Amino acid sequence: MTIDDQEPPDDQEDGAVRTGGRHARPDSAMSRADKVRLGLRGTGQTLITLGVVVLLFVVYELWVTNIFAQEKQHKVHSALEKEWANGDDPLVVGGSLNLPGSKQGTIPTGTGIANIYIPRLGTDYHFTIVEGTNDADLEKGPGHYVHTALPGQVGNFAVAGHRVGKGEPFLNLDHLRPGDAIVIETKNTWYVYTVKGNVQTGDLNDTGTDGIPGREIVSPSDTDVISAVADHPGQTPTEKMITLTTCHPKFTATQRMILHGTLSRQVARNGSALPKELAGGTI
Amino acid sequence: MYVWIWRHLPGALSWKILQVALLVAAVSALLLFVIFPWLEPKLPINKVTVNQ
Repeated sequence: MTIDDQEPPDDQEDGAVRTGGRHARPDSAMSRADKVRLGLRGTGQTLITLGVVVLLFVVYELWVTNIFAQEKQHKVHSALEKEWANGDDPLVVGGSLNLPGSKQGTIPTGTGIANIYIPRLGTDYHFTIVEGTNDADLEKGPGHYVHTALPGQVGNFAVAGHRVGKGEPFLNLDHLRPGDAIVIETKNTWYVYTVKGNVQTGDLNDTGTDGIPGREIVSPSDTDVISAVADHPGQTPTEKMITLTTCHPKFTATQRMILHGTLSRQVARNGSALPKELAGGTI
Repeated sequence: MYVWIWRHLPGALSWKILQVALLVAAVSALLLFVIFPWLEPKLPINKVTVNQ
């Protein structure tokens, strides 16, 4: 801040304190009151500026990132549709399924592998899941943890997604209830997973017979939730599971919200027919 | 600072207002498209994965 920052004195201020116009007076002639006024004004302007910048950052997080992410999601979605139309399945390389834990990078990260539908979150809720969970991957859509099972495989198909901004695919993940469908569409098959927990009581925390709840809130370092048998690392999987991870609470990274589901049925794709769990579904 | 800028903008009032609008737009664009995208990954607000 310099002396030039001062506004021209207006009539009301131009009383006992001021002795003349700004230009008529050298800097050294600033009175103590002028300096205080200048300092306060500078501080005030700086604080207001910072406030506006922080507000703008909120706008960026909640709105601008979504615009960018939607564009990227749209691109991976059309790329996947095109791939399927050409008869290619990104999950299948050389005629055999890419097994988790096998060679790295068989599916390029950042490319679409499957579509996810969650009827509870709206009839139009759908995203293309990409391979990989780096920042760049997750900006395109929900990301599949590499080396976890693929859709329909025995093990744990684990997917991370943003809760706030960046397309916010998992914004309302907390709305899911036990028994809700999570539908995964691959090139040839519809996989219908249902959220674990007690369907009768609606208790998501019910761990059932296998010790895996429908939903849990864990620390960010708890990688057990995406192990082949969720929460039981080292065990040999027999079940076909899905796990969704996102941040919790909203706007923070203190914890992670985890949803577990198990495959309840699968049906071969048949043209444009949808599974019964989706609106207008017939198969 | 803002007063200083205002006084140094040339032209009539309407012309000054137009320049201010352009300056605000330029600073906003710089923040939204350059500074925030760079800053955001460094802030611990949007991590959704469990560490592998």
